[in-house]
Amino acid sequence: MKILALDSSGLVASVAVMENDVTVAEYTLNYKKTHSQTLLPMLDEIRSMTELDLSSIDAIAVASGPGSFTGLRIGAATAKGLGLALDVPIIPVPTVDSLAYNLYGSKQLICPLMDARRNQVYTGLYTFEGSALVTIEPQCAVDIADIIGKINEMGKAVIFLGDGVCVYQKKIEELIHVQYDFAPSCCNRQRAACVAALGEKLYQRGVMQTAAQHAPDYLRLSQAERERNQSKEV
Amino acid sequence: MERKEDILILAVESSCDETAAAVVRNGREMLSNVISSQIALHTIYGGVVPEIASRKHIEKINQVIEEALVKAGVELEDITAIAVTYGPGLVGALLVGVSAAKSISFATGKPLIGVHHIEGHISANFIENKELEPPFVCLVVSGGHTHLVVVRDYGVYEILGCTRDDAAGEAFDKVARAIGLGYPGGPKIDKLSKEGNPQAISFPRAKVDGAAYDFSFSGLKSAVLNYLNSCEMKGIEINKADVAASFQKAVIDVLVEHALLAVQEYGFQKFAIAGGVASNSSLRAAFEAECAKKNIAFYYPSPILCTDNAAMIGTAGYYEYIKGVRSGYDLNAVPNLRLGER
Repeated sequence: MKILALDSSGLVASVAVMENDVTVAEYTLNYKKTHSQTLLPMLDEIRSMTELDLSSIDAIAVASGPGSFTGLRIGAATAKGLGLALDVPIIPVPTVDSLAYNLYGSKQLICPLMDARRNQVYTGLYTFEGSALVTIEPQCAVDIADIIGKINEMGKAVIFLGDGVCVYQKKIEELIHVQYDFAPSCCNRQRAACVAALGEKLYQRGVMQTAAQHAPDYLRLSQAERERNQSKEV
Repeated sequence: MERKEDILILAVESSCDETAAAVVRNGREMLSNVISSQIALHTIYGGVVPEIASRKHIEKINQVIEEALVKAGVELEDITAIAVTYGPGLVGALLVGVSAAKSISFATGKPLIGVHHIEGHISANFIENKELEPPFVCLVVSGGHTHLVVVRDYGVYEILGCTRDDAAGEAFDKVARAIGLGYPGGPKIDKLSKEGNPQAISFPRAKVDGAAYDFSFSGLKSAVLNYLNSCEMKGIEINKADVAASFQKAVIDVLVEHALLAVQEYGFQKFAIAGGVASNSSLRAAFEAECAKKNIAFYYPSPILCTDNAAMIGTAGYYEYIKGVRSGYDLNAVPNLRLGER
C-alpha cells in the first residue's frame, strides 16, 4: 500500500510518501513562498530522489480542512488532479486530527490550535488510548477561551501544538488552570507523514472519496454567506 | 480518429465564475467546450463573490475536465499538452484551475502552458474564423477588461488602450443594478434596450485627454446615476428602457469610434471583438454596420465563445505550445497579469 500525502492547510507545505508503514520521503517547508509555488516542485523532488513511479500510488491522502481557505484548495486541487490522472481515490484527513497525530502516544490531552482569525481557533481535543487516537472534542472553529474552558473543566494536563500557539500563547497562559506544555518545533506543525499515517488508518476503514467528489471541509461559511445569514436573522 | 501528428490541447479555465475545460485539436478545432456556470449562485449577492466562486470551482473542476475529455472522445493519454489560465482574474479562483492543471501535467508527464486570460478571449476568434490570421486589431470588452489591442502575431500583442476606471461590462452591471435589473447586467440591458429609445437621454461620451485609445466609463455611470437621482427628486417617472438604450448607445459609440480609429491608423482592414460584452447584440450590429461602410472584415465569436470558456484557452495555448512556451510546476496564479507578460 503506497500513499501520497499532502498538507497545505496552514503556513506549512508538506508532502510525503508512505509505503507499507514506512515513510519513504517527507518534505516540509515553513517558508514565505506560496504553496502554489512550492507544493508540486516539492513532490517533483521526492519523485526524483526516491525514483517514485507515480502509477504505483494507491491513494492520495490530503489534509481536508479546516485551514486557510486558499491553502486547502491548493491541496485539494492538487490532490484532485493527481487522483484524476492516476485514477486513484482521495482520503480526506481532517487537518486537526492529523495535527494531533504528531503527538502519538501522548498521555496528556492533545490540543492542536490553528489561527482561524476573527479571534477564533480551529481546534479539537484528543488523547491516545493505546495506539488509537481518541477524539474527545471533534475539530471545530471556536473562541480560544471556549476550548481553554473545556480543558479546565476536564482538569487534565494538556499539550498544545500548531501555528495558533504563538498567536494565543499569552491568552492560554492567562486562562489555563491545568498543567500545560507546548510541543517542540520537531512536532508542532502540520506534517504530511502524519496525514499519510492517519490516512492509511482511514483507508482501512473505507473512508475515501473519488477525486471528483473531494472538496475541503472549511468548517466555516464564506464571509458573504455569513453576512447574508445574519441579515436574514435580523 | 486522432492522427499521431495531431496536437490536442486540454485546456482549463477558472479565472472568475465559470469552471471550464475543453479539448482543442490543432489550435482551431474545438472538440469539446464544457462550461459550468455559477451565475445563479452569485445573483443573490449582486455580483461575483470570490470565496464562493473558488469553493464552487473546487467542487466542479474534475467533473468538468472529465466531461471535456468524454465529449471530445479522447482519453487523457491522447492529450499532447495542458493549457491553463493563470491570470488575470480572481486569485483564489485561478488557483483551483492552475493547481489541478499542474498536477495533471505532473502525473501524466505532459507539458504545461500557462495562458493569459485575455489572450484566450482574443484567440476565441480563431476557432470559428479559420481564415483569420494576425495582424489585426481586436477590442476586448468584458466585465473585467476593456482593451484595444493590435495582434501583431500569435501571442504578440501591442496594447493601444485600456480603460482608466470601470470596465465596459462593469458599467453595464452597475447601471443594471441602479435601474433594478439585477445581475448580470449586460444581457439584461441588451434586452431591455430593444424597447427603448437610444436618443432619449443624452449621456456623455468620455474621451481621455492625450490617449485616443483609452476608455473611461465611470463618468458615464455617474451621469446615469445622477439622471436617475434628479428624476426621483423631481418626481419624474423613469423610462427604464430609454435609460438602458441611451446608456448602451453611449458605451457603444465610444467603443466603435476608438476601435475604428485604430483599424484605420494601423491599416490592417481586419477587426475582431472578444470578451463577454462582445455578445451584446447592439454592439455587434454597430460594428457590423461601420465595418461594412469602411470595407473592414469584421470578426466576432459566437456568444458561447465570448463568455469565459476553456476552448479559447486551448487555442491560445496551442500557439504558445508550437512556439515552445512551457510553464514549470511552480506556475502561480497572477491576478494582475498584464497582456504580453510572462
